[in-house]
Amino acid sequence: MVASRGNSSNPARIPALGIRVLALVFLSILLMYLDHRENHLNAVRKTIDVAVYPVRLVVDAPFRFWNWLGEATTSRSDLQREVSRLQTERLNMNLRLQRLTALEAENARLRSLLDARGKVRDEVRVAEIMSVDANPYEHNLVINIGSRDGVYDGQAIVDADGVVGQVIKTGLWTAQAVLISDTDHALPVEVNRNGLRTIAVGTGEIDRLDLPFLPNNADIEVGDLLVTSGLGGAFPEGYPVAVVESVTLIPQEPFADVTATPSSALDQVREVMLIWSAPPVTDEATDE
Amino acid sequence: MSRERASRRLPVIVTLLVGLMLTIMPLPESAEAFRPDWLALVAIFWAMQLPRTWSVGTAWIIGVVLDVSHGTLLGQHALALCVIVFITVRFHLLMRVFPLLQLSATVFALLALYQFLLFWINGVAGVNAPAATYWGPVITGTLIWPFLYMFLSGVRYRAPAGG
Repeated sequence: MVASRGNSSNPARIPALGIRVLALVFLSILLMYLDHRENHLNAVRKTIDVAVYPVRLVVDAPFRFWNWLGEATTSRSDLQREVSRLQTERLNMNLRLQRLTALEAENARLRSLLDARGKVRDEVRVAEIMSVDANPYEHNLVINIGSRDGVYDGQAIVDADGVVGQVIKTGLWTAQAVLISDTDHALPVEVNRNGLRTIAVGTGEIDRLDLPFLPNNADIEVGDLLVTSGLGGAFPEGYPVAVVESVTLIPQEPFADVTATPSSALDQVREVMLIWSAPPVTDEATDE
Repeated sequence: MSRERASRRLPVIVTLLVGLMLTIMPLPESAEAFRPDWLALVAIFWAMQLPRTWSVGTAWIIGVVLDVSHGTLLGQHALALCVIVFITVRFHLLMRVFPLLQLSATVFALLALYQFLLFWINGVAGVNAPAATYWGPVITGTLIWPFLYMFLSGVRYRAPAGG
């Protein structure tokens, strides 16, 4: 391209620029193809991710410092108020926990009567959200633990209020997760009241989910709690997802227009929990 | 010799790193779609000023790093950045003598091309994003360009052994 002009005396001429660009463009296309098809390039991604890690730390540091400063300079009266609030909360929780233990025992007994698989308790681990932004095309977040801590792709992430999202890319020390509100995310849920199963799809708005596959005569009401059904395989069952916000019946359409508000404030979470669900071995055992 | 070279490279590397930081810095949800493409702007500037040292190869590497930190398709930003830097290098003499307004218009066109390439690759790969995600950065990037240009020129000519 440049060479075709042939004026080698031109000081502006950069040697072999056109060739280099062409080579790089082909290389990019090859990379994209390999990456898109089979995730062949996870090793490459992880290696470069290690190089990006310090940059993420530096960006995260001022926010972390600000939080720390906020915590360090809380006044005594504020702390006392916080402590008393937490004590009341703990009392309430303990009360509910006492009943839960009894219920769990009962549930296990009934399940053994039915010869069904006993429920395995999920293992959880707390992770902090790093104050860095990632992919501009999706709702996502970066957490501060990665494959070194056993995080894997597709792992479920919840917070104290409900489901947050799932891991899509794991680095060595960090992992990227997609939120349930992302337009490409769909989550199998069921209505807690009656077990009606459906799918909650992200809308791209942080505080709204769509339930596009409910017929007009479906038994669903405003205020119904949606929990994970565990059918997709990625999420363990029984975690709260969202509360139905509006149900609009459209007589001429086959499906009702149902929206829900995520239980967890997706744009305000600071700490999340990663769930290691029951080992897949038990799943195979029941499949027989 | 090599020390002089290193000190000449330092401002470029530092500005690129700062650009990467600005790119992954958290913004409120509403401002997210209007984050300028810092790295594209910085890469255009250096390709214009020092086309022999910082050209398509560098742009490609920056692009791959950007892809990894964004978690986008590996090669997506690399390709887009590589193409706009190529055009910049190809016309760098012309762009150097452009008045600022005309230069801004050129940068607008480059950023639009950059976003179009990203949009096009997203389309092929099946990633759908709202249109504002593509247009926002082009507009804010163009608005911010004159200031960035003046700032980076200052960095370039004030840096030790920079001229």
